[in-house]
Order: sequence, then structure tokens, then C-alpha cells
Amino acid sequence: MSTRTIRHARAGTTEPAWVRWSLIGLALGLVFLFLLLPLAAVFTEALRKGLPAALEALREPDAWSAIRLTLLTAAVAVPLNLVFGVAAAWAVAKYEFKGKAFLTTLIDLPFSVSPVVAGLIYVLMFGAQGWIGPWLAERDIKIVFAVPGIILATVFVTFPFIARELIPLMQAQGTDEEQAAIVLGATGWQTFWHVTLPNIKWGLVYGVILCNARAMGEFGAVSVVSGHIRGQTNTLPLHVEILYNEYQSVAAFAVASLLALLALLTLLVKSLVEWRFERDQKAAAALPPERPIAAS
Amino acid sequence: MTTATLPLSPQPQASSAKRAPKRVLPGFHLTLGYTLFYLSLIVLIPLSALLFKTFTLTWVEFWAAVASPRVLASYRLTFGASFLAALFNVFFGLLLAWVLVRYEFPGKKLIDALVDLPFALPTAVAGISLTALLAGNGWIGQYLEPMGIQLAFNRNGIVIALIFISLPFVVRTVQPVLEDAEKELEEAATCLGASRLQTFRHVIFPSIAPALLTGFAMAFARAVGEYGSVIFIAGNMPMISEITPLIIIGKLEQYDYAGATAVATVMLGISFALLLVINGLQSWQRRRAGGKP
Repeated sequence: MSTRTIRHARAGTTEPAWVRWSLIGLALGLVFLFLLLPLAAVFTEALRKGLPAALEALREPDAWSAIRLTLLTAAVAVPLNLVFGVAAAWAVAKYEFKGKAFLTTLIDLPFSVSPVVAGLIYVLMFGAQGWIGPWLAERDIKIVFAVPGIILATVFVTFPFIARELIPLMQAQGTDEEQAAIVLGATGWQTFWHVTLPNIKWGLVYGVILCNARAMGEFGAVSVVSGHIRGQTNTLPLHVEILYNEYQSVAAFAVASLLALLALLTLLVKSLVEWRFERDQKAAAALPPERPIAAS
Repeated sequence: MTTATLPLSPQPQASSAKRAPKRVLPGFHLTLGYTLFYLSLIVLIPLSALLFKTFTLTWVEFWAAVASPRVLASYRLTFGASFLAALFNVFFGLLLAWVLVRYEFPGKKLIDALVDLPFALPTAVAGISLTALLAGNGWIGQYLEPMGIQLAFNRNGIVIALIFISLPFVVRTVQPVLEDAEKELEEAATCLGASRLQTFRHVIFPSIAPALLTGFAMAFARAVGEYGSVIFIAGNMPMISEITPLIIIGKLEQYDYAGATAVATVMLGISFALLLVINGLQSWQRRRAGGKP
């Protein structure tokens, strides 16, 4: 309705049309070059010899085992970091204690460690020359160059994702609602399930999908601890690398397009979550603050 | 490192909301205890394994590993390429954030969603895809190669891959600041006779400078550690196009655990320093934002 008038009123704080459109044009051009073309190239290269050839690459037993391992890794790593993220956010956002800033810095640490270093530290812990490597070897437990190492390295690189989403969200929400619930006689768990969780659900979903995307796509850290045994310790990204280095371009890009589809799905869910979150925020803002939310 | 400013996370309200008067809420010991336990198990103990391994080296061994000519060349390349990529993204990111916040155009929502592609796309996929584009027979490479411009299998390719993977950081740090910026200040500047460019330089730019710097530091930190996308496009020639993470992998493959550990310790120290810089920048940015009424 009034966008036209508003725009008119703000004419003094916007640029002339030719500046606007050249900036938009430049931005779109760069987005096309740096984002759209690489994305399109993945699918085009995969379909270079037609759809059947691409599907053939996905039907191979090695590809299947890579898909299974990738799903397994994400299925373990994401829930572990989810529980941690909720616990850490509760501790950091709901209480005051000494060393809190330092604790949040430590939680962020895995983001800034190079993935290769992340893989290396687990080799140093569990490898044959490592701290507990000899003890493990005696008991015939394999961690590095086996599936547990891959999962551990993935847990490390995706460690902060969910905590990082939840901490600022829960800090902004404060503790009033939880305190009211406790005063009214709810137990801690009831307070969490019925008061906190509904408030943070979108942040939680957001963190989980980003964590999942990284868990399924991690390359550097997993590459160090995997040992690259075909059909056993290859995740999808590692399988892409092997196929690519064997000059099986179509197969490599076919597997890569599977991962690219996953990325697109992640972006889609993320946009939906943002949209829902904004709608909820607006709905909450539309209510007068003193009136209790008429849930019934 | 992902963004600190994903749109879902509102900046913590500096004063009122977050202070809990007393520990009325249950679960402090449980949640903090579990947080510390899990943090130690996954992050702190394995990282200390790296440091302890480094301490078993003599100073001479350590120095020989971290300061050999080949490793020094890799530092120069890694930091130089990361700096160039982050600098490019300061301009590109500011442009994108500006266009997305201030202007209306068809497909805006799509572009906004697409900005996060580098976070969602596995780095190995980005690496082979950029290589396919820029190689001599690729969509872009086939036009540039005859002109004598080679972008794949050399240092140019490294910078391009790093631009791709660190692209969202500046956009996502600057975007919320621009959204919150007070139009009234700009209107005042215009009323007082400032041109649009002057308003940008003296009113808008100072308010987004901390966010730009934070985004730059995050992009730089991410680029320094990047491995997956770079190795496909770099050509990986020793002394010329070999990045530091690849040096670590190379030493590991030769079972030179001591050497790999020494180089990794250097990288870890640098990442930790960058993390502290980023945290400092972010609290500066929050103070700036909090200082306004």
C-alpha cells in the first residue's frame, strides 16, 4: 500500500536509478560467475554422457557403501552435537559464572582449526604411534583409519554448529519464562520441554541442518583419518576424490551432484526455517506485551 | 567457522535480558558439567595431544620442520592467497549485502538463499567443479586460455577457490548491521547537504566498518585452513602452489609424524590468534551497536 509513498519520502537516502541498477547488475553478475556457474557445472558434467551413465555411477557397490557410511556418520555426529549444543546453550545463556567468555571461545575453537589439523590430532591420539594407540592395538580396537575415527573427526569439525545457534538465541530470550514455570511448580524437564524447547525450535532446526550439511560434506579432516579403504572407510566426498583422480569424470560428478542436491535441500530448508521464524517473531510482536499469549 | 551472525540469532540484548538474578533454574551443574566433559573429550584432550607431541621434539627438529624453504613458501602462499580472497570478499560481500538490504529486484530471495551455498556445498565438490570450469576445456577456461590467462592448476586457482569458500562471511556479518542502520542519520546528512557518496563515506561506512573487519577476519581464518577445495585446483607443485595443510598431509603420508605435528602446531597457534582477534572485533562491534540509543 504505502511502499510507494515511503520510497518517495526516502528519495533523499537512495541512489540515482543508474547507480542502483549498475550495482544490482554487478552483484548479479558476480553471483552468476561465483555461485551459479559452479553449481550448474556439477550437474552438467555429471550428465555429459546422459542420465543412465550418471545413475550407473551411483549404483556401484563402492558408491553405495560410501552413501551408507556418510549417513551413518551424520546419524551419530549430529545427535551428539545436538545434545551438547542444548546443554552448552542452557549453561551459557541461563546462568552467570566466571570464565564464560573463555568457555564460548573454546566452543568456537573447532571452527577455526584447519580440518587437516583436526584429523591429525585424532591420528596422534589413537594412531599406532599415538597416546593410546598401542593399548588399543593390543585389544584389537581400530579407531583411526576406520569408521570410529571418521565419526570422531566429523564430530570435531561440526562441534560448535548447534551451540553457536542456540547460545545467542537463548541469551536474547532471557530466563523469565523458565522462572515463571519453575515458580508455578514445573520440574526442570517440564520447563525445558514445554517452555524452552518451543522457543528455540527454529534455532534448533537451523543448527541441525547446517551441522548435518557439514557432517555429510566434510573432506579434509575425514581424509586424514580415513585410510581410504574403498568400500569400507570412504565417505561420499572421499569417493568423489578417488573417482576424480582416476579420471572417471562422469562418475565423480554424478556422486558430486548427489552432494550438491543435498546442499540445495539444505538451503531450501534453511530458507523455510528463516521464513517461519520471522513469521513467528512478527506474530509475537503483534501481540501487546502485557496480554498473556492466548494459547487456548 | 561459520558466521556468528546467522540471521536467526539475534544479537544478545546487552543489558537487561540475560542476567539471571539467582540460580532459580535447575540444571546448572548438569549442563555445565556435561559441556566441560564433552568439550574436553572431543576438543581439549585431542588438541593437547598435538601440543605434547610437539614438546617431544627438540628445538632444532621443530625449527627444521617449520622453517624449511618448502614450508616457508607454503606459508607465504597460504596467507597471501587467503588475504587476497578475503580482501576480494570485503568488496564483493559489501556489494551483495548492500544490494540485498537496500534494493528491490526480481529474484532477490533466491540470491539471498544462494549466498550460503559455499557453506552447504561440500568443499570437494566445489573444488572439482571450479576446476572443471576453469581448466583449458571448461566453460570459462576455453575463452581465457587462448588469451594466455590460466586460472586453474596454479596460484590463481587457489585464490578463486578461497574466494568461493569464504564468500558468505562478509555478506552475513554486514547484512544485519545494514538492516539495523538508522535511516534518520542518512536523512540528516542529506538535509545538511551531503552528497550520497559523502553520506556513505562519513555516515554509513563508519557504522559498518567493524562488521566488515569481522567478516574479513572470519573469511581469512577460514581460507587459511581450507584444504578440500584447493587441492583439486592448485596443481600442488612444491614451492609454487602447495598450501600449508597439504604440507601436513604430505608429511603424514611419509610417516613423518613429528614434522606434521610441528607444522600443525604453527597452524593451530595462528588459528587461535585469529579466533581471539575475531572475538575482540565482535565485542567491539557489539559495543558500537549497543552504544546507540
